[in-house]
Amino acid sequence: MITKLSHLCIYVLNQDSAYDFYVNKLGFSVHTDAPMGEGARWLTVTPPEQPELEITLFLVAEGGMFDKETVATMTGLIKKGTFGAAVFTCNDLMATYQELQTKGVVFKKIPTKEFYGYEALFLDDSGNWFSLAQLNS
Amino acid sequence: MLKTDRLMEQYEKLYLYKRIVQSKLFIDQHFADNIDLDNIADHACFSKFHFIRLFKSIYGRSPHNYLVSVRIEKAKKFLIEGISVLDVSLRVGFDSPTSFAATFKKMMGKTPSAYRSQAMVKKLAITANPLSAVPNCFAQTHGWIK
Repeated sequence: MITKLSHLCIYVLNQDSAYDFYVNKLGFSVHTDAPMGEGARWLTVTPPEQPELEITLFLVAEGGMFDKETVATMTGLIKKGTFGAAVFTCNDLMATYQELQTKGVVFKKIPTKEFYGYEALFLDDSGNWFSLAQLNS
Repeated sequence: MLKTDRLMEQYEKLYLYKRIVQSKLFIDQHFADNIDLDNIADHACFSKFHFIRLFKSIYGRSPHNYLVSVRIEKAKKFLIEGISVLDVSLRVGFDSPTSFAATFKKMMGKTPSAYRSQAMVKKLAITANPLSAVPNCFAQTHGWIK
């Protein structure tokens, strides 16, 4: 039986900029940042209270299974805001929303009451969107 | 309650939130300085006790506990970079290496030197064999292995 999620993949358009967004704005920790040769880089981060879940900031670039056409298609879709990558939770949505806004994070939905709690939606530096929720206890 | 009263109440609540969030950001920016609860409460323009109560209600811990946890998190990053324990203790705002080491051990269950050594071993292993940190499926997707 499946027990846990260990790695989650988020496709990003620039790893330096993604590092700044996830580490300096969202406050995530770097788990592994290893050069893989020829400019390639394996970069994973973890949410502050979930150090066992590695979020891979996976660069959309030519190589391996990604050909030129796939890269162009993926880049277009990410920039367009097609992909909702995950749901993050916090203890106090209003405080987290205000902090992230102060740090320049763009929200596409302000904190709103939903049947499961309060929710806002924000975008990362590439264009992926995330739900940020304060769930009913 | 009148609509305007409710609106005023919401504005006041938002204003309080903003000040508490600013004080949290103040800690994030000034953790390495000689700051204490008085500085932080002053920055947020609150009385000390009112400030502690509000901060705790939002962040689930006291401003002092939060300040210590920020210092330890930053210390971990410096230790992973291979910086000496003495330098790290100064860089993250502790009065002395002894109080730093004691707080670090209490929170992390190991001394800063032990944490640093383990981090260095891991770093060297990844440098020697970067693929050891990458699940095969991802390495294949990137074309790092055939």
